[in-house]
Amino acid sequence: MTSDASPAVGGLARDAASGPTAYLLGLADDALVYAQRLGEWMTRAPQIEEDVALGNIGLDLLGQARALLTRVGELEGAGRDEDDLAYLRDEREFRNVHLVERPRGDFGQEMARMLWFSSYQHALYSALTDSADDVLAAVAAKALKEVDYHRDHASHWVIRLGDGTEVSHDRMQAGLEAVAPYVAELGDDDAASVAADKDGVGILPSSLVEATRRHVEAVVGQATLQLPEQPRWRSRGGREGIHSEAMGYLLAEMQHIHRSHPGATW
Amino acid sequence: MTTLTSDVIERAIRDIPDPEIPVISIDDLGIVRGIAVEEGTVHVTITPTYSGCPAIQAITDQIVWTVGRHGLEAQVHTQLSPAWTTDWMSEEGRESLRRFGIAPPTGTRPVGPVTVPLSVRRVACPTCGSSDTEELSRFGSTACKALRRCRACREPFEEFKTI
Repeated sequence: MTSDASPAVGGLARDAASGPTAYLLGLADDALVYAQRLGEWMTRAPQIEEDVALGNIGLDLLGQARALLTRVGELEGAGRDEDDLAYLRDEREFRNVHLVERPRGDFGQEMARMLWFSSYQHALYSALTDSADDVLAAVAAKALKEVDYHRDHASHWVIRLGDGTEVSHDRMQAGLEAVAPYVAELGDDDAASVAADKDGVGILPSSLVEATRRHVEAVVGQATLQLPEQPRWRSRGGREGIHSEAMGYLLAEMQHIHRSHPGATW
Repeated sequence: MTTLTSDVIERAIRDIPDPEIPVISIDDLGIVRGIAVEEGTVHVTITPTYSGCPAIQAITDQIVWTVGRHGLEAQVHTQLSPAWTTDWMSEEGRESLRRFGIAPPTGTRPVGPVTVPLSVRRVACPTCGSSDTEELSRFGSTACKALRRCRACREPFEEFKTI
């Protein structure tokens, strides 16, 4: 990313509580925050091919986030670029769901998260190729091809682990249970998505639930696993900037160099 | 500016090698959408292969440098739509990849794991030509490549992924 920082301060949560920039920020922040989490797997995955795979998937998501944040900057017209939006917003201004900020668990939990998230993104970007916003439509068409590979990758592992040994089966099942409370939030319709849907820019998240679930169910079935029961607690509020404890640590790691050395380039 | 000069510059731009796979030019890769010269500025439009491909910055710098050598300024524009597809790769580009040891895109996407657990596509080994090869990982050293292994000559190799 470029580093000509123009410190734009605050105001976003208030100004962009609805409308296309708020909606686009939700999509961008999901991709950005999950890219950051996937980057953590480098050198920690079960095998070197998996370091490479998770790093590449994160890189795809980072690319999507950059294009979306750039678009947000253009639409709001306040002179903020992708870097300002990624590095200079505070926690309450981030609009990602809790699923992507959740701390990295074991590999089974990561594959469960990726299966849900990539299935959701697949349904999302399929719908957004018809967006009234030409830039968003183009980003979606591009991203859809990438997400297709991400979803395959997660599906492949869930089946291999679920339909593997007794231990891998149990740990994959535990992975599905661990992420279950964070799934429903992907389908929550917040004010920004309702407005974006009305304008033809976006799509109601609730309309994506069935397609998302259909793919996950097929994979989980083939993996001889069970979809968890509806959990007693479920996450909510990420799209309104309400985050978990994990988010502050994630942002600190992601943002501290940019903030410690404003305007630095190399 | 004369047509001759703009032809020379256009050729020089199209011949810029891909920074990560230098055996293939950006023209053979199929990412150059258009080149137009307007009042001393060369406008070059390119389409990224992957959203997060880090090579795009290197390619942009290379275009600016190449045009600068001819005493002109370059502006590089990225165009996302229509999305880049491996169908746009030239025959020459595919042959260069094969000679370099990277299997060119086959034209078919791998079949998802829900119906078939492992890839059943025929991908020829760039070393011995055998089609008895297997997929090791769908993600390789760059976003655009997958890892495979030849069962006949036992050589591992990379495959340019079809998208």
